Amino acid sequence: MASTAVGRGVAVLFGIAALMAAGEVLADVKIGAVLSVTGPASFLGDPEKKTLEMYAADMNAKGGVSGQPIKLVIYDDGSDPNQARTFAIRLVEEDRVDALLAGSTTATTMPIIALAEENQIPLINFAGAVQAVFPVKKWNFKTPHTDLMACEKIFEDLKKRSLTKVALISGADAFGKSMRDQCMTITAKYGIEVLHEETYQPRDSDMTAQLTNIKGKAGVQAVINPGFGQGPAIVTRNYRQLGITVPLYHGHGIGTKQFIELATPAAAEGVRLPAAALLVADKLPPDDPQRQVVVEYTQTYERKTGQPVSTFGGHMYDGFMILIEAMQRVKSFDKAKVRDEIEKTRGFIGTGGVVNMSPTDHLGLDLTAFRMLEIKNGDWTLVQ
Amino acid sequence: MTEFLQFLFSGLTVGAIYALVAVGFTLIYSSSDVINFAQGEFVMIGGMATYVLAAAGVPLPIASLLAVVIAVAVGLLLHRLAIEPARDASAVTLIIITIGASILLRGVAGVAIDKNFHSLPPFLGAEPWLVGGAAILPQSVIVLFGAGIIVLLLWLFMSRTLYGKATLATAANRMAARLVGIDTSRVVMLSFAISAAIGAVGGILVTPIVLTSYDVGTLLALKGFAAAMLGGIGNPVGAIAGGLLLGLLEAFGAGYVSSSYKDAIAFMLILAVLFALPQGLFGRSTIERV
Repeated sequence: MASTAVGRGVAVLFGIAALMAAGEVLADVKIGAVLSVTGPASFLGDPEKKTLEMYAADMNAKGGVSGQPIKLVIYDDGSDPNQARTFAIRLVEEDRVDALLAGSTTATTMPIIALAEENQIPLINFAGAVQAVFPVKKWNFKTPHTDLMACEKIFEDLKKRSLTKVALISGADAFGKSMRDQCMTITAKYGIEVLHEETYQPRDSDMTAQLTNIKGKAGVQAVINPGFGQGPAIVTRNYRQLGITVPLYHGHGIGTKQFIELATPAAAEGVRLPAAALLVADKLPPDDPQRQVVVEYTQTYERKTGQPVSTFGGHMYDGFMILIEAMQRVKSFDKAKVRDEIEKTRGFIGTGGVVNMSPTDHLGLDLTAFRMLEIKNGDWTLVQ
Repeated sequence: MTEFLQFLFSGLTVGAIYALVAVGFTLIYSSSDVINFAQGEFVMIGGMATYVLAAAGVPLPIASLLAVVIAVAVGLLLHRLAIEPARDASAVTLIIITIGASILLRGVAGVAIDKNFHSLPPFLGAEPWLVGGAAILPQSVIVLFGAGIIVLLLWLFMSRTLYGKATLATAANRMAARLVGIDTSRVVMLSFAISAAIGAVGGILVTPIVLTSYDVGTLLALKGFAAAMLGGIGNPVGAIAGGLLLGLLEAFGAGYVSSSYKDAIAFMLILAVLFALPQGLFGRSTIERV
């Protein structure tokens, strides 16, 4: 009995030794990720991590990148920028990764950008704010739409409906503040006049006081709510509670089906928001260039995780594919060559839109990446 | 006038929520001098457990009842596994233990359920009632009445039952209570169970308004604690008064001054009150015995 146990132990040891030896010969491509899998931003990091693991395993099953298997090193920063920096340093110095897919929030991303720049490692990040990609840094790329684009899309729609006098009610969190500031920079460009501004704390449970002031302001033709989390859902409920009739616009941060549930379909009726095509995968016209990609990603994600798809996991899909395709094109894992090749990405169709990178644009998305949606009968509909 | 009424309703809605959470703090504090920072997690368990059970097909009233039972079980476990073994430690140590328990419960809920926001259907529909041109949700009225009923029951328990009197005796002087034959450890256990039930009931009542998630307890507990301090911690009537006052301060601050500074306005006024009345509005002044 004892001897067989020892025998098994020895066999296992040999097995491990053989695996280690094999690993050394193969020289896999190492991709490092620092994501906010837990903590307040876990709704970003969690689908990102699942997507990355899912597609890396898939790629390895198909033979890896240029014949080399992908080895992932994923750290969870707990939504803490200090942790994110520490883990990014570890990825660079100890794990010696070939590329970084890192940073779920703007706060966790900013230190990683500086680090990638210093160590000359290609980085694709998943932060929302515009400063995570402008001004352009040599080694840094980004896949999610910026809040500036969301504002532009909303203002475009307002102009089409000849609504120019608006009120803002924004969340006092980083996302809400950043989007509000971006909106304010382009009001003149679109001829939009902001008549009144209110804010709310991210965890507030009642916004009727702020909305009463907006309701009382004469001449307001539309209300914009830059924010994410449950705040916009409560704003929407209170909006209907007070019987405000002018159109309500939300930012792109509420892009989940759950929002309609939380806000209740009755209150959410007629609410508009800019969102990625992923959210309305099944409603895209058959000739839409993104249709195939978003439908496939949605099906794969929902089948493997059993959870509804979110735009955030889609950003990881885009980043991972852009990186892998660049590596495959240059047939090398050389950091400088891969970086140059990422910059040459043209016509890549991702879940976020059609990506055309250039030396002056490391995001590569234009306004067509956003669709204007309206909530009707408890579901998204595309605004033509 | 309509505006004033609307701010008033907004304040009462938020205030009733804070009051309901604040009441939960009073019982454990008065029986053991411990401020239970896991009180917010009882609120979370009430809302989340009801949501999960309702989503699994259990009818809402039964789901609510089961959620309260779950919260009481968690409260008893918390007492048995964390508070009771450290019963000879100082109140500060016990408070730190409750902070640890709160982090643990939050983490477990996040992993075991999920990290999304959830809601429950309002008990009397979502159509607002119009009073003088201002709109109030029926659920806000339910929360307000719920807080009142809980305080009434708590008062009856304290003044009319033997266990309640034992709790009061333990609160007044633990050593003396033990000397007259009161099992003080049992009293503290009971107060944990009742506080958990109060928290869970509160969580169920407020979820249709504030929504719930695994970490909803943190902020509610903070605001509830502030309300309890303002009203005089340990006094259920004070908790209600403190909660309503805090809610009204926030709503009128947001409405008439600035929504960006509403929390600052509210907390500055709380500080001012506590400078003048360190025991809170309804607190009893304690006398150090030598």
